[in-house]
Amino acid sequence: MTAAAGPIVEARGIAKSFGANRVLNDVSFAVEPSQVVVVIGPSGSGKSTLLRCCNALEVPESGSLTICGTELVRDGRVIPDRELNTLRMQVGMVFQSFNLFPHLRVLDNVAVGPRTLRKMPRGEAEAMARDLLGKVGLSEKADVYPATLSGGQKQRVAIARALAMQPRVMLFDEPTSALDPELVGEVLQVMKALAGEGMTMLVVTHEMGFAREVADVVMVMDGGGIIESGPPEQVFSAPRNSRTRSFLQAVISTA
Amino acid sequence: MDLDFTPVWHGWPELLHGALVTVEVTSASLLLGCVLGLLIGVARLEPRRRIIYGAATGYVTFIRGTPLLVQLFLLFFGLPQFNILLPAFLCGVLGLGIYSGAYVSEIVRGAIQSIDRGQMEAARSLGMSYGQAMRIIILPQAVVRMIPPLGNEFIALIKNSALVSLLTITDLMHEGQKIISVSYRSLEVYLAVALVYLVLTSFVGFVLRRAETRLRAGGVVQ
Repeated sequence: MTAAAGPIVEARGIAKSFGANRVLNDVSFAVEPSQVVVVIGPSGSGKSTLLRCCNALEVPESGSLTICGTELVRDGRVIPDRELNTLRMQVGMVFQSFNLFPHLRVLDNVAVGPRTLRKMPRGEAEAMARDLLGKVGLSEKADVYPATLSGGQKQRVAIARALAMQPRVMLFDEPTSALDPELVGEVLQVMKALAGEGMTMLVVTHEMGFAREVADVVMVMDGGGIIESGPPEQVFSAPRNSRTRSFLQAVISTA
Repeated sequence: MDLDFTPVWHGWPELLHGALVTVEVTSASLLLGCVLGLLIGVARLEPRRRIIYGAATGYVTFIRGTPLLVQLFLLFFGLPQFNILLPAFLCGVLGLGIYSGAYVSEIVRGAIQSIDRGQMEAARSLGMSYGQAMRIIILPQAVVRMIPPLGNEFIALIKNSALVSLLTITDLMHEGQKIISVSYRSLEVYLAVALVYLVLTSFVGFVLRRAETRLRAGGVVQ
């Protein structure tokens, strides 16, 4: 891999609209190697869209976005499909609604990526998948279908599936928002362990405890822009922006 | 009322042979219809690919908007003007196959579009191409949802196949008409023919309901 130093994710002035609705407005930020960046903010502030831009599930119409040293998008133009697919192999994505493949066993959900995209032999891919399932605490579920799993288990499989591609950065799009409260902890625990291993992570979440404990940088979004960004101690204890203050008050009073 | 079923009894071997031909024509047509329907259905997923989408839409519009009998006659009586003389059986299978392809394509398109958008996003996020995601992730799930409506299409095709008797194919309908032409017993023979069609369609319907129950029990179909 040629991209040595420099940020893993670098956005410069990206903007995105859905029809007349401007969702992202001139957003710039960077995620350095091994950094955990957590994005918080009220719903509709553009957090998820920002995250989805980072693997071109959404295409910003202006600005540029560089991932792992490759310029993914510039002014609404995405790199050709072939290069995009190669780049996406380095970017793991975890969705709010898991999106596991229901027709494949848990083991195959994890192994299907390396098998089809890295041309890994079946035995090797399955051994790797079993390792990863062990890591997320689901070794015993390898041979069942996703429909039989709880939400927390599904999300842990989804994390293992993304890790199977050996990505250089992991994107999490509200990974615990669809979970029953008692299942949130098991997923956050896996994510903490991942951060501890030095994985570069960009996480959109409403879990303020996770942000406070694990984040290197907390970015607060509102109205399609980043209104505040800094280490968690500063953002949570001494927010500079009045909108950050009112958002945190609202979140903490309901928690 | 004077009903005489003796011509039916005597003509039983011919009627059974005709039923066999009907099953052959219908099965071959459905096979062709499935292949065509898959291609056309996938082509109609993406309106932004204008040429492919336009061609596929034109095909579906023409086939669904014109009578099957006219389509069959175009193949059987029209093509010979270009010195293209196809055997009657082939004409029948082609005509019915092209016809059912248009309907199957709508089944295919509907089934694919019923698969949650997140499935495509998850597959593409891993790094799969559109084609790989379709083949490995989307279609295997969509095919299961196609089975019940495909069965209905099969039943409709069995009934529509009676039209190929007009292309000199000796299917069930044709055999019935041959018996009538010597016995003049239209009511009795057509009743017998109708009964055989009913047996065929009921059998397919039965197999289908069994298959659906099993798919449901397996949790593959909601």
